[in-house]
Amino acid sequence: MSNSEAILKIKDLKVYFDTDAGVVKSVDGVDLEIKKGTTLGLVGESGCGKSVTCLSIPRLIESPPGRIAGGEIIYKGKNLLELSEKDMQGIRGNDISMIFQEPMTSLNPVFTIGDQIQEVIMLHQHKTSAEARELTLRILKKVGIPSPEIRIDDYPHQMSGGMKQRVIIAMALSCSPDLLIADEPTTALDVTIQVQILDLMRSLQDELGMSILLVTHDLGVVASMASHVAIMYASKIVEYGPVEQIFSNPGHPYTLGLFTSIPVVGRGKRDLYVIPGNVPDPLAFPRGCKFWPRCVFAEDICRSQEPFLENIGEGHTAACHFRGKIDKHLWKEKTNTGSFLNISR
Amino acid sequence: MFSFTVRSFFQKLVTLFFISIISFLVVYLAPGEPSQIDPLNPKFTVEDLQRFRQEFNLDKPLHEQYYLYYKNLFTGQLKSWKDNQPVLGKIYERFKNSLWLFIVGTLITWCLSFPVGIHAAINRGSVFDRTSTFFAYVLISIPSFFFAYILIIFVVKTFNISVIGMQTFGMSGADSIYQIMDRVWHLVIPSILGALGGIALLSRYVRAQMLEVIHQDYIRTARAKGLSEDQVYYKHGFRNALLPFVTMFGLILPGLIGGSVIIESIFAWPGMGRMGYEAILARDYPIILTINFMAAVLVLIGTFISDLLYMVVDPRIRL
Repeated sequence: MSNSEAILKIKDLKVYFDTDAGVVKSVDGVDLEIKKGTTLGLVGESGCGKSVTCLSIPRLIESPPGRIAGGEIIYKGKNLLELSEKDMQGIRGNDISMIFQEPMTSLNPVFTIGDQIQEVIMLHQHKTSAEARELTLRILKKVGIPSPEIRIDDYPHQMSGGMKQRVIIAMALSCSPDLLIADEPTTALDVTIQVQILDLMRSLQDELGMSILLVTHDLGVVASMASHVAIMYASKIVEYGPVEQIFSNPGHPYTLGLFTSIPVVGRGKRDLYVIPGNVPDPLAFPRGCKFWPRCVFAEDICRSQEPFLENIGEGHTAACHFRGKIDKHLWKEKTNTGSFLNISR
Repeated sequence: MFSFTVRSFFQKLVTLFFISIISFLVVYLAPGEPSQIDPLNPKFTVEDLQRFRQEFNLDKPLHEQYYLYYKNLFTGQLKSWKDNQPVLGKIYERFKNSLWLFIVGTLITWCLSFPVGIHAAINRGSVFDRTSTFFAYVLISIPSFFFAYILIIFVVKTFNISVIGMQTFGMSGADSIYQIMDRVWHLVIPSILGALGGIALLSRYVRAQMLEVIHQDYIRTARAKGLSEDQVYYKHGFRNALLPFVTMFGLILPGLIGGSVIIESIFAWPGMGRMGYEAILARDYPIILTINFMAAVLVLIGTFISDLLYMVVDPRIRL
């Protein structure tokens, strides 16, 4: 696919945190691309660098201790890392919006939700407060807040978690951004509310035509939302491709492990598959492939040489020395997981 | 809200009643009594002593003394044992003087602590932060009377201005501008000294509070909206950092009485703190008790005000 379609291109992004114990390389050479109007799912375990990747796009990494140590973030042809802070403020909340993981604490407790939404509208669209209130009511209605005329003057503590997340979505969408970064938007919510929030995001995406970077550790969410998936492990992307390809033909042992560890109704009361071992300490990553201590296929080459992302199919890349040679059948034999998960879109 | 106000008012009345009993007992539990003053004085006969005890009701049972004392207090008939002047009148004179010191000192404390604390928190680890931290600890560790003497020597020697007392004597013939400036000098120096310790402490609290707030999720949300750093800190951060200080604001009222005993003594400032201190030395019970009682009233009024203020600043509290 041609590059001109890409609304956001991240090239070799490196985000380091200087701590007393040493330099934590939270993101170490990540390449990503989001095409206009599509959703990219970014999947990985806790602590693999997903959230840091997200926060670095609108340059919200707290510095110190964090710093963007290298790479480029090209948004509509501009490198965001070279913009002045003032220009960046004009982009945040206007062109690029964010939805955070914690709806409970992401709203300011001392202002009404109406004030907090109007603030963005007045900031970026230079409206009077009456016009902004009008727009706020409209957007609250759009995100499914019942009787917005009343709720607009509510404080965050008067709302449930699902309602708060709707408010945060309303706030993020109030200036019709081109790119929405959703950092685990449904993790803190009930399953029933999750579905509603995801449906809402999808319908708003269709309506507004924005692109979404969706961070999650829930492959089910990715299957229903994303067109492309990037699997992240230990500060790097280990597999990237269109969602159908990744789901039908995973090419990295880590991806295979992720799929296998999803519980499936009807598979019986067997123990759930667990990827052995733990996420490596970012201060002491293993040499070679960072996944080898936990990998059932690991051989000598994995311990000495780090694999790079290389093609294994149409737009489908994986960072594994055995890319193309392993598939789910081999995986089943090797791990004794008889019934491999099938997720249908 | 209205029912809270009424309920809170009556609760505070009950509290006040118990405080009145306790503060009364505390004074009487302390060793010594006024009639014991100088019993070796040959002019001080046993009859005199009896007469004194009778006159001050000291021979009556405690509960009766309690009753008589508070009756006299509320009817305004309570008199100092030392000079037989009405207690309320005496206290009022001193109260006016203390009030000035209190207002100026509090203004200096709060107006300086907040900018210093906030600036230090935002620029954590900067030169400003470290310097202000260093000076805060210096001010907390070294007692204010030490600075008081240094400052007095400095001001008097450098500017040839006297700063002891409330005004310089023999100024009545001077221009009013000189008289006013004289008053201001006499007021400002003790106020600054009284405020120093408060600034050191309060700015540390503000810094800690602000540091906690600026790492909250909603601050990140505010940044993600595209707000400037100033808007993020002063609009979204400050409002939240302010909440705990509402409680403190209510508790500064009692400082009117006890807050400046040392400063008032050093500067010979005829204020309430000094009067209370002198009354204790002289075992002048009516003055001690009245000041105790007023302090209790001020504490209760202060907490009442901070309860009300809380409702204004924190929407989560609706009583």
